[in-house]
Amino acid sequence: MGSITFIEHDGNRHEVDIEEGSSLMQAALDNSVPGVDADCGGECACGTCHVIVDKKWASVAGIATEVENQMLDMTPEKAATSRLSCQVKVTEAMDGMVVRLPEFQM
Amino acid sequence: MNILSSIVEKSTSLVSIPFVVEKTAKVIPMPLQIKGVHLFLKAKGKVWKGKPVPVFNESPIPDVSTLAIEDIDVSNPFLFKQNMWGSYFKRLRDECPVHYQKNSPFGPFWSITRYEDIVFVDKRHDLFSAEPIIVIGDRPEGMAIETFIAMDPPKHDVQRQAVQNVVAPKNLVEMEGLIRSRAVDVLDNLPIDEPFDWVEKVSVELTSRMLATLFDFPYEDRRKLAYWSDVIAASPETTGGECSADEMFLGAAEMATYFTKLWREKEAKKAAGEEMGYDLISLLLTNEKTKNMIDRPMEFMGNLALLIVGGNDTTRNSMTGGILALNQFPDEFVKLKKDPTLIPNMVSEIIRWQTPLAYMRRVAKEDVEVNGKTIKKGDKVVMWYVSGNRDERQIEQPDEFMIDRKRARNHLSFGFGVHRCMGNRLAEMQLRILWEELLKRFDNIEVLDEPEYVQSNFVKGYTKMMVKITAKAE
Ligand code: HEM
Ligand code: FES
Repeated sequence: MGSITFIEHDGNRHEVDIEEGSSLMQAALDNSVPGVDADCGGECACGTCHVIVDKKWASVAGIATEVENQMLDMTPEKAATSRLSCQVKVTEAMDGMVVRLPEFQM
Repeated sequence: MNILSSIVEKSTSLVSIPFVVEKTAKVIPMPLQIKGVHLFLKAKGKVWKGKPVPVFNESPIPDVSTLAIEDIDVSNPFLFKQNMWGSYFKRLRDECPVHYQKNSPFGPFWSITRYEDIVFVDKRHDLFSAEPIIVIGDRPEGMAIETFIAMDPPKHDVQRQAVQNVVAPKNLVEMEGLIRSRAVDVLDNLPIDEPFDWVEKVSVELTSRMLATLFDFPYEDRRKLAYWSDVIAASPETTGGECSADEMFLGAAEMATYFTKLWREKEAKKAAGEEMGYDLISLLLTNEKTKNMIDRPMEFMGNLALLIVGGNDTTRNSMTGGILALNQFPDEFVKLKKDPTLIPNMVSEIIRWQTPLAYMRRVAKEDVEVNGKTIKKGDKVVMWYVSGNRDERQIEQPDEFMIDRKRARNHLSFGFGVHRCMGNRLAEMQLRILWEELLKRFDNIEVLDEPEYVQSNFVKGYTKMMVKITAKAE
């Protein structure tokens, strides 16, 4: 079983075990990673589960859908590899993946 | 949040007005134009889409169990005022979660009352349009101001992006200190051990101060912001409110005068090379895309009005609602005093429990099936957040107020999807500051009488709530 690392804006790192099939958002919540609010509970409708995927892992994490991008456009911290973590399904291929949290969720 | 959010709809007799105002903006000052529209409408007499403006006379609302399901009309502006809404929405959720009322004073409309269905409608802007207005009633004639809460993508997205940074968390950090010191000043001057109206002295005053801070608005005139918000958002034809069209137009004209002046002052400051602040107008002026917004008066006024109305009675009523909730659930007050770190979670719970805006309205863009009912293209669809927030299918013990509720952030009060409340972080910050400062000073805030509620089917709020506060022992 592999792991994924969340890095908070202040540099704090959280390594969480991969649970295949669940979402990246759920992985953060289950492991009490601070900085993911998930106000809509995974509906791609609030934008508060924003993560920025490390560039090296962008293709593994996949690209944001159109609806997802529409929500991401609301935050000034949107970056090229931004995703809503509730829309990213965790797989074993993500072993070692690094994602960064924005300074603020909004 | 209604009239001014009503924008783009072309009312038949006045198609040309938004256009004329836009074109003549540089020649005739905006306030005069608004007055002109008003006089024109006055001359035409008080009609609204060829019908008389509805008059609402209050009578006691019957027990919902005495009504046939098709006769239930939750657009009644006294449902919240008489505090009867709970049983009405519960019956709809249980028996007819997607409900059609075919002849309300606002015309026919669908009610969506369960949490899950509301999330579906709010997300699907491809199926449900927010245009031309997001309240149940139609738009009063002549108010052609443009606000993005009642626009669909892609136009909505462009407009929102132009202004959203003013309430972005980074900017809020800059404003927090000032907002806090202004709040502290209010709280330090409250009467102790004697009755006073919390709505007037705290909720309205604090939200006015906050908005004045956000706009860097002349501080001594701040109560005007609350007044404009009240008159703009409360006409009978839109929400069953009590404000007349006269008041609305005069309010809008006055608001235009003030903000045009403010814009020009800041523009001069910028031209003189002075340092610009973090307020809305300064941010608009320093952004390439928006620095000429004043030349597009309908957009300029629309954005201001949206922020003033959006940020006003919503937060105001949450400030009152929180006090009421803690009085109705006194054990929670004890819990809070023991553990003030619960404040952020409680703030979300207050916003859910209060649901300051009862709904948003949409119009179906095609025939859509929702929970077994077919909604026809062109039908009005009302998402009752106030009901979804009490949906026992989604939220455990939804009528209980629990400051340590799990997943308290998962509520509908800010809506979901592309229109999700732009000011939600600002609202939460203000409420957090208020509670942090209250707990430092007061041991008890006792509600003395039943509060008085607003007449509206849209704004769920208070006009008066008498309280008495006890200072903390030194
Ligand atoms: C507790 C306080 C508040 C509540 C309950 C609230 C509620 C809402 C709701 C329900 C919507 C529409 C969501 C949808 O259609 O899905 C909305 C939109 C909006 N709100 Fe708030 N609001 C609050 C405070 C504020 C504040 C403080 C501001 C700004 C100063 C603000 C500005 C806006 C704006 C600009 C929109 C339009 C967003 C868009 O259409 O993209 N609100 N709000
Ligand atoms: S949890 Fe709301 S968008 Fe992901």
